[in-house]
Amino acid sequence: MNFETIIGLEIHVELKTNSKMFSPSPAHFGAEPNTNTNVIDWGYPGVLPVVNERAVEFGMKAALALNCTITQDTKFDRKNYFYPDNPKAYQISQFDRPIGHDGWIEIEVNGEKKKIRIERVHLEEDAGKNTHGSDGYSYVDLNRQGTPLIEIVSEADMRSPEEAYAYLEAVKQIIQFTGVSDVKMEEGSMRCDANISLRPFGQEEFGTKSELKNLNSFNFVRKGLAHEIERQERELIAGRELMQETRRYDETTGKTILMRVKEGSSDYRYFPEPDIPNLLIEDEWIEKVRQSLPEMPKERRTRYVNKLNIPEYDAEVLTSSREMSDFFEETVANNADPKQVSNWLMGEVSAYLNSEKLSFSETALTPKSLAEMINLIADGTISSKIAKKVFRELISNGSDDVKALVEAKGWAQLSDPSKLLPVINETLDQNEQSIEDYKNGRDRAIGFLVGQIMKKTRGQANPGIVNKLLKEEIEKR
Amino acid sequence: MTILDYTLEELHERLVNSELTSVQVIEAVYEKINETEPNVGAFLALNKEEALKQAREVDKNGIDPNNILSGLPIGIKDNIVTKDLTTTAASKMLEDFVPVYNATVVEKLAEAGMISIGKLNMDEFAMGGSTENSAFKVTRNPWNLSKVPGGSSGGSAAAVAAGQLPASLGSDTGGSIRQPASFTGIVGMKPTYGRVSRYGLIAFGSSLDQIGPFTRTVKDNALVLNAISGYDDRDSTSYNGETPDFTENIEAGVKGMRIGVPKEYFHEDAKEKGVVESVRAALKKYEELGAEIVEVSLPHSKYGIPAYYIIASSEASSNLQRFDGIRYGYRAEGVKNLEELYVKSRSEGFGLEVKRRIMLGTFSLSAGFYDAHFKKAAQARTLIRQDFEKVFEDVDFLVAPTTTSTAFEIGGRIDDPLAMYMADILTVPVNLAGVPSVSIPCGFSDDMPVGMQLIGKHFDEQTLYRAAYAFEQATDFHKQKPTFKGGK
Repeated sequence: MNFETIIGLEIHVELKTNSKMFSPSPAHFGAEPNTNTNVIDWGYPGVLPVVNERAVEFGMKAALALNCTITQDTKFDRKNYFYPDNPKAYQISQFDRPIGHDGWIEIEVNGEKKKIRIERVHLEEDAGKNTHGSDGYSYVDLNRQGTPLIEIVSEADMRSPEEAYAYLEAVKQIIQFTGVSDVKMEEGSMRCDANISLRPFGQEEFGTKSELKNLNSFNFVRKGLAHEIERQERELIAGRELMQETRRYDETTGKTILMRVKEGSSDYRYFPEPDIPNLLIEDEWIEKVRQSLPEMPKERRTRYVNKLNIPEYDAEVLTSSREMSDFFEETVANNADPKQVSNWLMGEVSAYLNSEKLSFSETALTPKSLAEMINLIADGTISSKIAKKVFRELISNGSDDVKALVEAKGWAQLSDPSKLLPVINETLDQNEQSIEDYKNGRDRAIGFLVGQIMKKTRGQANPGIVNKLLKEEIEKR
Repeated sequence: MTILDYTLEELHERLVNSELTSVQVIEAVYEKINETEPNVGAFLALNKEEALKQAREVDKNGIDPNNILSGLPIGIKDNIVTKDLTTTAASKMLEDFVPVYNATVVEKLAEAGMISIGKLNMDEFAMGGSTENSAFKVTRNPWNLSKVPGGSSGGSAAAVAAGQLPASLGSDTGGSIRQPASFTGIVGMKPTYGRVSRYGLIAFGSSLDQIGPFTRTVKDNALVLNAISGYDDRDSTSYNGETPDFTENIEAGVKGMRIGVPKEYFHEDAKEKGVVESVRAALKKYEELGAEIVEVSLPHSKYGIPAYYIIASSEASSNLQRFDGIRYGYRAEGVKNLEELYVKSRSEGFGLEVKRRIMLGTFSLSAGFYDAHFKKAAQARTLIRQDFEKVFEDVDFLVAPTTTSTAFEIGGRIDDPLAMYMADILTVPVNLAGVPSVSIPCGFSDDMPVGMQLIGKHFDEQTLYRAAYAFEQATDFHKQKPTFKGGK
């Protein structure tokens, strides 16, 4: 490797508001084409945009979570271009006064921490969708037109695909924790374009960059960038000059394909949106939004490690989503041992959610029931083997009172010596040869006897206690 | 006196005492239109059946004595969208366009009980000062049919001047209400930017556009403005403050008021001396009525024309991009690809003047030219606005001629766009500053009406109406009837 890689990401995130950025139409998906639209979304003559205050608040929340400074006299601008999915032929966006600027987040790659700076976070509206039918017609669906978006533009601070991946992951996590978006790349609520260039080590100025599009998953981002590094390197070593290109990642070949060569920058003729007065954001509003921010994953991890004695690896996994992290905290708040909760969440619970493709809220498991179950294991009421049965029951059908459930199902362990002793003595009476064997040093005999006792108690006997009592009783004979 | 000689106020009285019915008024309107349209040519669409249906309804339910506009007729400029009634903005681009919603002003007029008579001719997309840029027809000045009615709201002004209607709505981006009011001898108000909702007004220069009324008398004008004003949550630029009753104190006179006379607005060397002379005489009248006349200066008004044509055209170039042949409006035939669809539809659908302004605006916003054009114009606009704010610290309102000349000959300037643009020199600073201004008749020059504009502080239309009313009551220019010179 003779070159240093320079990467910057532009991430679009859809905000989860009820209505659109500038019109009262519903902002959710899955409806019949053009049904979630009105005259404003059609770009009808005479209509005017009205800012969705909730979207501004969400944008501000995201910007604050990304450590940005809020622009208090923010405004909207028009970005002009013709395309059928863009009915006004301009997109309302923010040009020179984005809602947030000069932020940063921390990433960690191979144990090394690094700050990635964020140039800006701005609000804008999404475009509609064009599809090209096999009948020779092109179709326009404006359901998505006007959905609120934020665009998060990083500085060119990343030096490898791994760093870009880590940055993307961290942004996703942070936004997800704020609750302003679903941030699902596979569903398009999070989209990523990457700018990448190479330069010889030690060189100050950046090399010619290419812009990568169609990076529709975390893996594509990593693979696309890796491929692009190879391609650019090959060109440079061969002495060819790179062009400023827009390239598309092709998921079937794993290569990037040239879409167009940029000749100068496109002229979008930005100018201030005259239909929307400048937005003055008061200190109180910013403070209110700041107060409403949840504790971010990084802070949570630190707290888990320091206060709850959770291993760093566990803390990382537990904070990978807001849902998991919240579930963990609520379970611990129900007086369950944090490490045990972590084990269950990372083990059985995650395995179940993955195999059933469900989220926490789609199951019957509650933090309270999980905590109760963990405590029943701890006090010996149930065995860890039985616990798996209990867990299945809790996650599929749920329970308000796990102890009662365990009793009703007869899943509790038999630990009471007064109940176990008669069974033990009965077993010994029936197996005198085994007592003999044991006394002659054949330890295996104990295993046989325990097996017999378990059989008689239909597996409910507490094996630890059985072992102890059994040895005591043999000694007495 | 015929029915249509009455003011809105007089018609209301007669509806209340059952001297007249709403149906009689509406029928009289359509008769008058039938009789005068061949000469005037003000309308692009008529709403006769629906209008008569509404009139019958009003008569059946009885007139509400407190609802002064109920059952009375009004015409609408064709760039204001009307549900189920063709709205073309006088452009081939929207020739068959039938909107699915009503503009806020149309809803408000309906709430007030007014009856929409039809849609009025204009310069295409409100670009022009003579109504000659209409893609569909020529509208003539009722005072002399060889002359233009002014523009862009020429149809709205001509219909009221010709006595077809007691009231109409126009829109004013750089003078499009005041100049035609002046050319046709009637009252035309451009309210403060934000006073009237723009929702449903087909946008030309969004930061300048404002809807306002045409009437023959000042009080009628205030009555219509009462009906259409107010905050609209669908227009973020509409004013979220109180809306006064514009007729309140209208009779209080001008005694003790200070009237500013901006020296830059009196072109004493103009070819047509009658205009400035009439306004000077009007100022004398104001002095007689007890007002004090003070000379003031609006030094940056000289940048008005270039600043206006850059800002309005820039905004228009963006606003008119939606007319792309994809979802509605004119679509060219026989195109091979998307780009050709755009280019041909827009080349064929838009008229010459509209294309000229789209090009000017697109150029002004282009990378490398933005700073020298759009940005400079925006800075000039701030200076012009500050000029007005400064003089209003000292005077109650300003008086100036509305135009530098009376109405000109049809075809007289159409090949000289620059001369046409320069004619807006006295009206555009008002739009750039966002202040209100009403043009009222104040004399005649060579048998053609002369208008003067009263310019007020932001959201102080009340003072303008009061002063305009005082002048009107002391003179009889508003009682003069057009002669239809040269008519059949």
